[in-house]
Amino acid sequence: MSVLSNTTALLGKELRTEFRSRELLTTTIVFILIVLVLFSFTFDPTAGESRRFGPGLLWLAFLFAASLMLQPCFLRELNNDTLSALRLSVSDPFAIFLAKLTANTIFLLLTELLLLPIFAILYNIPIAAVFGQLVLVFFLGSLGVATAGTALSAISAQARMRELMLPLLLLPLLTPVLVASTEVTIGLLDRQPFVQWKGVGFLAVFDIVFLTALWIFGEYLLEE
Amino acid sequence: MWRRLIGGLAVLALVGAAAYASFYIAPEERTMGLVQRIFYLHAACGLTMFTGFFICFCSNIAYVFWRNPKSDALAVSAAEVGLVFSTVNLVTGPIWAHPAWGIWWTWDARLTSAFVLWLLYIAYLLLRTLVEEPERRALLSALFGIFAFLDVPLVYGSIRWWRTQHPQPVLMGGAGSGLEPTMLKVFFFSILAMHALMVLLLVDRYGLEKMRGEAEIVRRELEAA
Amino acid sequence: MISAAISPTSIRFDDIEKRYGGLYALRRVSLEIAAGECVVLAGRNGSGKTTLLRIAAQLVRPSAGKLTFPGAAGEARNGRSPNGSAATAYVAHATMVYDELTAEENLILFARLVGVAAPRQKVDALLAEVGLAARRDSLVRTFSRGMRQRMAIARALLREPSVLLLDEPATGLDVPATAWLAETLRRLRDAGCTMLMSLHGETEISSLATRGIRLDAGSVVADTQRGASFTSVLKFADAS
Repeated sequence: MSVLSNTTALLGKELRTEFRSRELLTTTIVFILIVLVLFSFTFDPTAGESRRFGPGLLWLAFLFAASLMLQPCFLRELNNDTLSALRLSVSDPFAIFLAKLTANTIFLLLTELLLLPIFAILYNIPIAAVFGQLVLVFFLGSLGVATAGTALSAISAQARMRELMLPLLLLPLLTPVLVASTEVTIGLLDRQPFVQWKGVGFLAVFDIVFLTALWIFGEYLLEE
Repeated sequence: MWRRLIGGLAVLALVGAAAYASFYIAPEERTMGLVQRIFYLHAACGLTMFTGFFICFCSNIAYVFWRNPKSDALAVSAAEVGLVFSTVNLVTGPIWAHPAWGIWWTWDARLTSAFVLWLLYIAYLLLRTLVEEPERRALLSALFGIFAFLDVPLVYGSIRWWRTQHPQPVLMGGAGSGLEPTMLKVFFFSILAMHALMVLLLVDRYGLEKMRGEAEIVRRELEAA
Repeated sequence: MISAAISPTSIRFDDIEKRYGGLYALRRVSLEIAAGECVVLAGRNGSGKTTLLRIAAQLVRPSAGKLTFPGAAGEARNGRSPNGSAATAYVAHATMVYDELTAEENLILFARLVGVAAPRQKVDALLAEVGLAARRDSLVRTFSRGMRQRMAIARALLREPSVLLLDEPATGLDVPATAWLAETLRRLRDAGCTMLMSLHGETEISSLATRGIRLDAGSVVADTQRGASFTSVLKFADAS
């Protein structure tokens, strides 16, 4: 009944639900693929240009995809009022958020890792040497996106025009993540790859700030 | 009624004096000439915008914990007034940049961050229009407002660290640093004048919001009957 | 499966108010429901029954007033309840279970969340008791209305509830299902559970009640505890 055990139980439910239907994962992956391909039509993907613009486009595609993928997060809990059931059952409402943001981070990371090789092929950028570091920056970036996105998804689920509302709220908020992640990724994909630890640290700070904010204000997000 | 009139006139006088000072008292800047004077307006609006958004942030926190409708009224007023100054800040940027450097928009760190801030608070106001019930609207926008303001230092930090690598015209020569003493005085005076204007607008807007709130309550009661 | 280990808990509403903008869903409602009482809430649609129940379930935060559970291990303050508070169960219109999970998965999830000691055994026993053991591996999406309601009751019974709140539980149930529900509620009542339920029609369930309260436009207008008759309080013949 602790926050940790509640979170694990709920995380299990989130993962089981998604892997059973795979709706979110498949639509997100296809969406990002479409965006990547379309982007490649807008400039000539020579090696130099790809290294310069590729990472930014990649992260932008992830952000757009995330702002769509995160919408059902709380919307589906309004079905059958399962959100009330959760609120009645957990000891701390933060467990609900923690479970959902962990699940969302996992889903985002999965789609990113799946699309990274495809990106490398389409844009002719070798990634094998720095794959581990790329996973690190994708993890930190996705955690930030998932944390802010899960929180704002709880807000947009209660507003009208909710499909448009979440991207509107989320994308400006995620500017720091976009900037920092892009910069670190550019460094990693450079001809002489290097890790911009300043950027990595910055992403970690972003994650901590929003996780803390969610911990403090989460229960109010679920209030009726 | 008289108090408001006198207050309004006082603010008008202050703003007029600041405008006069920025044109006639401040010395002309060596390289950019006349157009540089818009800096006093531009920078003062930038700082005033921050004050407005900070008031919004404090009101948001107050609402979440104490649920007083007045906090909500103050929050939306501060956000709107802040947005006004933000818009002036953003518009005066290109007005300065074009004659000075021949380009309309410089991706200057401060201006870019201000743009993101502008988008955030537009989203805040948009969110409010999409939630019908007053208490829900107040709570949800307060929570978003809190997240948005917590994001502000992160926005500024990330853009300053990574979006100002290439040589760029810096709009402000560092706020206050390297400004000649007279210029500094005119600068501070402009800040004072803009803040006075902000307070005036805030008080008015807050009064309007309170009236709107009361009118809405009456309307809902009538509809229910 | 209803043990005798229900700790007697009463519910106390002190000047509870709930406003939505200018509309009052509840106006200064003060009630004390003693431990073990089985109370029927009656009233037309929009009289505030659902709001009162959701406030008692601590899902809705009142605009004013205090809610307490005197006699419980921990007292509940205005809208917030500490850990180990009265085991309150809530059954509503909505089933509050996941369509995409099976009956068993749903109950095991909620059993884990509320901290049931031996989840699997408890869930097995509950599924048997509510008559869904044969469909334990079917997705709730495929269930009929009656079966969903049984799921909702099963979820509510995961912890022996000291307080049971029901919002029109018999809606959409056929005769045998209603009879089963009445029997289950009777056993809970006899075991000492405090029950507050809103009903839409006169059935065997309303006959379980030891007290009746009528709400109108957010205020209590009749209470059998203060001399009103059950018939006048329930007044189900009234158009809603």
